Amino acid sequence: MLDKHGIAKRIAQELEDGYYVNLGIGIPTLVANYIPKGIDVTFQSENGLLGMGPFPKAEEVDADLINAGKQTITTMPGSVFFDSAYSFAMIRAGKVQLTVLGAMEVDQNGDIANWKIPGKMVKGMGGAMDLVASAENIIVAMMHTNKKGESKLLEKCTLPLTGVNCITKVVTNLAFLEIKNGAFVLKERAPGVSVEEIKTATQGKLIIEGDVPEMRI
Amino acid sequence: MNKVVNNAEEAIQGIESGMTLMLGGFGLCGIPEKCIAALSQSPSIKDLTCISNNAGVDDFGLGLLLQNKQIKKMISSYVGENDEFERQMLSGELEVELTPQGTLAEKCRAGGAGIPAFFTPAGYGTEISDGKEIREFNGKKYILENSFVSDFSIVKAWKGDTDGNLIFKATARNFNPVMAMAGKITIAEVEELVAPGELDPNQIHTAGIFVHRIFKGNNYEKRIEQRTVSS
Repeated sequence: MLDKHGIAKRIAQELEDGYYVNLGIGIPTLVANYIPKGIDVTFQSENGLLGMGPFPKAEEVDADLINAGKQTITTMPGSVFFDSAYSFAMIRAGKVQLTVLGAMEVDQNGDIANWKIPGKMVKGMGGAMDLVASAENIIVAMMHTNKKGESKLLEKCTLPLTGVNCITKVVTNLAFLEIKNGAFVLKERAPGVSVEEIKTATQGKLIIEGDVPEMRI
Repeated sequence: MNKVVNNAEEAIQGIESGMTLMLGGFGLCGIPEKCIAALSQSPSIKDLTCISNNAGVDDFGLGLLLQNKQIKKMISSYVGENDEFERQMLSGELEVELTPQGTLAEKCRAGGAGIPAFFTPAGYGTEISDGKEIREFNGKKYILENSFVSDFSIVKAWKGDTDGNLIFKATARNFNPVMAMAGKITIAEVEELVAPGELDPNQIHTAGIFVHRIFKGNNYEKRIEQRTVSS
């Protein structure tokens, strides 16, 4: 089974040289720590920065320089600042090649819910709806089940949607799956996790083809 | 054309109950903290509709106006980090219109550019598209969204000149330039105020034509929400 760092490491293997990448809050942010050697990617932060660098040293902290999670950050050589409309212009126009975000639910049609639990939690969608409506390649990073042990990979999302038919890949603590033709296709098992365990934890339609390899992390 | 006013109190003259305001900033980064403080000192101004990406925190930024119950409606994309906000929203005291962040930015940009509405894919198939016109272009579905114009837009810049030309710093730019465009009256508060000619015309982000009042704020607090450092 993977922890959140393991999930981030597996997602980092999906990065390709030259990609512009937007990382959401939470596990997705950790992907930046595991960029494979020889791969050059540029991180877009939707509050208005292309070329996001690592967190600053204490003496470098600048209140005017934050990421979309409101954390203090730094720039890289070649970074650019811009306004929010310009930022979402590049997102909607499909210039950002990979988006990684968290979710409360994902379903077998690629629908995602991650912004609202009616009557309980309403924080807002932030930039997630714009991102999922436009990106070609979207990976969801999340735990396979919720705190009650219920599957988060469903036949149909039950919570208010963030976007429809948009998610292509899901990496969880148990597995790496692709969403294709109305089903989750199991591509890899997390280390030490059996196909049976993944079956049990997946409520949506799951397709298992031949021997499913274990991830190499 | 000298647009300088002395301070925030003078800058907010004319803001009345029931008006629609745009306030720049992302989280607490790049918010017009001096004008917000001045508004919170004028509790008779109430029933405001505030268009701002976030709603501040309990004791800073727009949270100050929420504490005073000066806001009737918030139009934002993300409103976590604010307990008083959540309480007022769940109790029905505060009306909230959550809007996808890119749509919110474009509503301001387009409003400021004389474009009354536009089609965007953000939110298609979700409750955001309920009741809105859907149109298909090149095989993809889009939602018709109306643009915004405010009675007053209040922005924060790094440097400005007395003609109202503005330069923003780092990610404190965020919504400020697009909101500056969309105000019937736009107020800019700046850290440095200089004479015309002292800013390089190549580097100006917002042309002074969009700005009506400008003043220099002193002792910016610039509170940080998530101070995150590397070891």
